[in-house]
Amino acid sequence: MTKPSEIELSRRQLLAATGASVAAATYPSAVAAQASTQTPSTARVSFTVNNTVRKLEVDTRTTLLDALRENLRLPGTKKGCDHGQCGACTVIVDGKRINSCLSLAVMHEGGKITTVEGLGNPKRLHPMQAAFVKHDGFQCGFCTPGQICSAVAVLDEIKAGIPSHVAADLNAAPQISNAELRERMSGNICRCGAYSNIVDAITEVAGRKA
Amino acid sequence: MKFDAPATNNPIDQLKVVGKPLDRVDGPLKVTGTAAYAHDRYDSIPNQAYGYVLGSAIAKGKIKPMNVSAAKAAAGVLGVVTAENAGKLGKGDYNTAKLLGGPEVDHYHQAIAIVVAETFEQARAAAQLIQVEYTKADGSYDLHAAMATAIRPEKIFGGEADSSAGDFDKGFAAAPIKFDATYETPDQAHAMMEPHATIAAWHGDTLTLWTSNQMIDWSTGDIAKTLGIPKEKVRLSSPFIGGGFGGKLWIRADALMAALGARATGRPVKVALARPFMFNNTVHRPATVQRIRIGATQQGKITAIGHESWSGDLPGGGPEVAVMQTRLLYAGENRMTAMRLAVLDLPEANAMRAPGEAPGMMALEIAMDEMAEKLGLDPVEFRIMNDTQVDPENPSRPFSMRTFAECFKTGAEKFGWNNRNAKPATRRDGRWLLGMGVAAAFRNNLLMKSAARVRLDSRGTVTVETDMTDIGTGSYTIIAQTAAEMMGVTLDKVAVRLGDSTLPVSAGSGGQWGGACSTAGVYAACVKLREEVARALGLNHPDATFVDGELRVGNRRIPLAQAAAKKELVGEDQIEYSDVDKKYQQSTFGSHFVEVGVDAATGEVRIRRMLAVCSAGRILNPKTARSQVIGAMTMGVGAALMEELAVDKRAGFFVNHDLASYEVPVHADIPHQEVIFLDEVDPLATPMKAKGVGELGICGVAAAVANAIYNATGVRVRNYPITLDKYIKGLPEVA
Repeated sequence: MTKPSEIELSRRQLLAATGASVAAATYPSAVAAQASTQTPSTARVSFTVNNTVRKLEVDTRTTLLDALRENLRLPGTKKGCDHGQCGACTVIVDGKRINSCLSLAVMHEGGKITTVEGLGNPKRLHPMQAAFVKHDGFQCGFCTPGQICSAVAVLDEIKAGIPSHVAADLNAAPQISNAELRERMSGNICRCGAYSNIVDAITEVAGRKA
Repeated sequence: MKFDAPATNNPIDQLKVVGKPLDRVDGPLKVTGTAAYAHDRYDSIPNQAYGYVLGSAIAKGKIKPMNVSAAKAAAGVLGVVTAENAGKLGKGDYNTAKLLGGPEVDHYHQAIAIVVAETFEQARAAAQLIQVEYTKADGSYDLHAAMATAIRPEKIFGGEADSSAGDFDKGFAAAPIKFDATYETPDQAHAMMEPHATIAAWHGDTLTLWTSNQMIDWSTGDIAKTLGIPKEKVRLSSPFIGGGFGGKLWIRADALMAALGARATGRPVKVALARPFMFNNTVHRPATVQRIRIGATQQGKITAIGHESWSGDLPGGGPEVAVMQTRLLYAGENRMTAMRLAVLDLPEANAMRAPGEAPGMMALEIAMDEMAEKLGLDPVEFRIMNDTQVDPENPSRPFSMRTFAECFKTGAEKFGWNNRNAKPATRRDGRWLLGMGVAAAFRNNLLMKSAARVRLDSRGTVTVETDMTDIGTGSYTIIAQTAAEMMGVTLDKVAVRLGDSTLPVSAGSGGQWGGACSTAGVYAACVKLREEVARALGLNHPDATFVDGELRVGNRRIPLAQAAAKKELVGEDQIEYSDVDKKYQQSTFGSHFVEVGVDAATGEVRIRRMLAVCSAGRILNPKTARSQVIGAMTMGVGAALMEELAVDKRAGFFVNHDLASYEVPVHADIPHQEVIFLDEVDPLATPMKAKGVGELGICGVAAAVANAIYNATGVRVRNYPITLDKYIKGLPEVA
């Protein structure tokens, strides 16, 4: 049985820790001052991007998104908001889709990363890319790499039985329905409003797979 | 080519390529991440440095001298530019507020500095080290409070501030059935997915901007004017644009600050505006207050219609022209419209997709629904009853074509409108209250000069060059289709180069004029190239046809490539217009039908079905045109249900300045959407017989949603967005 004093102690530690982080958040420029007048802190990281091993020495502040774009010159992955609200930077890491802007490059040592460039190229389109062209699942095209990476991962998530917010029964296998696709794709904003066509494209690819 | 008479039969009418629902020619680039947007253009120039823009933390006032020494000393920093060391700057014709603030600040997040560094992380960190002290001044931030001091503006796009016909006051007073209500629309953000971005580089006194811009020629002129250099010394390149919706019609801080940063550091500088910075730094659609009065006979004939609108902008700005459609949309002999403009010290108000009509129709088309109910008429029938084939202010001036009633008849039938119960809150599906709503769509068709150059080479490849832009609208594709049709070749034989200021000046992408006008310019250039081809082959004959890669006269068939065997052939021309749009009113029309479900307990709204029927002349590519319309319908749903920039009326800025708090529709909000284009051509528009469609699609959508919510719940909301806090108290009792 836990002694009351131990609980007291850990609660006090927790409060102390919280207080420290609040103080830091209140004075961001002081922290930035320390960080930026010194030589940037860098670290080595190695991961696989589109089946090629890439070794980098990056500023530890560099997001996975910026590492892909600015260091590896893979501009397919887009920066729409840089803070996890739009989905344009979606890539597939170790089989799961993530917002690459919310993740630091150095966190992905040994990771397996797939970007839109890794799915296909203009001469040899991935089925999802081809379906997006056929159904006109885009207009300006800026959110499209993220939509496509998300769509590919969504079908795998459904196949793996991962439930979503609209699942009526958490124990039943999720179905490829309009409601499921719309729910699962809602982290990828398309301001041109191609949603209706995007869902048509994903549905077609899902049907072909099944 | 001067377009001064109705188009007769021409090669476009063959419709072998034009009018087909073809896939986008740039589609494979866009789906593979190989279409290079401004920020992706690593290959444009080596040795790019990174710029980070700092914005003002006050809305109005003055900056005391800034301390940039810590920022300059920070790791990797190459330079800092502020108003103090930027040199003398002018202001572009299309900007209201200056793009670099200091010492005076005109609005919150107005750019006040750029830090240039070797890496993005270094530039961003150093920008936080700039110390700024402000002297705040009082500003005006509340439209309601400023309405009393609003004035009649002189500077208006597309007309006068006031209009009248007949005697509105008398006509309205005498009308047996009267309706008078006031509506409000909020400030809205373009929120295009690609932030404003530019790479700038100087070669001596010549500036190149790889940027994201809808109007290449306007913006080339404006950056030159701002920097005080000749227009010829500026080159803009913008082949792919990640959405604009009006927000990229002009140069913004990314372009100017990148140019200044590059000049100060001697390095090419790459700048993207941070997302949370865009909402207050760039422009927005301004809020409106609109009063609408309609008088009608007992039978439902409109005898008087009046529309007034108030909006605000920075000093020197213009009003939201929300009353414009009311001058043209419905019949009625006694009419008035008026616009008043207040000074607001919020960020700059400017054009967003269908400026004027988009917010104007949000109000007018609820008013029409309310008036129909008051008259006991079906809202479809009421609109058809008040259709007009002539400009109601000037009955001697007909519409070039107007199949307005047809849009409603077709839509009502396809949507199953007869299943609607006119009595609100009477249809249920389990926990959902069901409602249907309808609204008109209307947007004028604007004609703009547009030039193009078309080349034919010895392989038979046709290359089109124009500074037209593709903001997702499908310009690459419809321009390729036009050239293929005119020159009698397949689509794969056409290459299209767009978005570069070294190319002939086009209409650009704005006001839904881009598609129809830029293809008309390509048509004109192709007519010239056809003449060149015939001349080169010694077959200058009026009966010559261009078919299947050949020129044919009588029995003779000569491969097109042969004409250019020795020397490339070039045709260059522009389309311009006589007074055809003055003699005839040119507009596009549509109807929007929406079905919603409203949760009887929580008030949550779900859009169930949407249909748009559009009349816009010839549809050049039904696939890309449909995408424009469904996208506009989606943005209209945003306007109806969620989009609102929340104004901090004390500090003077938009509080919800990111994509989580400025909500736009996501997948979950949008059902399958249907679009029908009426099969028609408008020979009075251009030789293409086409009109615009991209803005038509947003006009009226929000009102159709609002009317559907009313039909579902019996609660009428007159201030957008229609969030559930505004109607939940009025919902029917839950059984």
